[in-house]
Amino acid sequence: MEYTKKIIGGNFSEAGEASSAIKKVLKQLGVDSQVIRRTVVAIYEAEVNVVAHAYEGLLSVLIEDDKIKIVIEDEGHGIEDIEKAMEAGYSTASEKVREMGFGAGMGLPNIKANTDKMTINSVVGKGTVIELINYF
Amino acid sequence: MMKISELLSKIDLNLENKSADIEHIINGVYASDLLSDVMGFAKHGELWVTLQTHKNVAAIAGLKDLSGVIIVGNNKPDKEMLEKCTEDGIPVFTTNLSTYQVCGELYVILNQ
Repeated sequence: MEYTKKIIGGNFSEAGEASSAIKKVLKQLGVDSQVIRRTVVAIYEAEVNVVAHAYEGLLSVLIEDDKIKIVIEDEGHGIEDIEKAMEAGYSTASEKVREMGFGAGMGLPNIKANTDKMTINSVVGKGTVIELINYF
Repeated sequence: MMKISELLSKIDLNLENKSADIEHIINGVYASDLLSDVMGFAKHGELWVTLQTHKNVAAIAGLKDLSGVIIVGNNKPDKEMLEKCTEDGIPVFTTNLSTYQVCGELYVILNQ
């Protein structure tokens, strides 16, 4: 099964739509609830990252018999120091974003903690690509 | 194990969406205003105590299978948040109590 969704930067009220849709699909497929919970946390955080930091992005999900593969590709500022961005507590989020309760520097660490495989590539001034895999 | 409905007579909470499911079992309480903190560390079935009132609260409560949301300090959920929670059957409570007061009372009630 394939699912794609365009994500627009700054549109916080849409964050969570892709993760909710995928949650429904995984439930229908009878995937283990612990795997579902981990997967939707990762997708939600990835959605929020695009909304909070990029101009726009595309989220693609591929569900196979034994795994779910998620690719989030955005056009935006990119990440200057990926190692630092992966540290809990480090954030470059704006004041407005922080007031909403985002920007705690926990998004990428949450994604890593809730996925079996995570790769992240970023070009400053162009954008970021994150690939995630969870096995069922 | 206590249901949400049993809480209502024990603590001063206003249920904002009457059609929500208040027969959920409360598995505990998580208090935080940082959304990624809740995303990372709250457990399913927990009641979430927060002062955040926007739609992403609803998204997180739904994705994490939380049993309900308590909005403290006399804040009100915005329209989008309340609609989404109602759609997902998640009870939303408001109270004029502070986070400290709500958590203190819940701690006593749930550990009796």
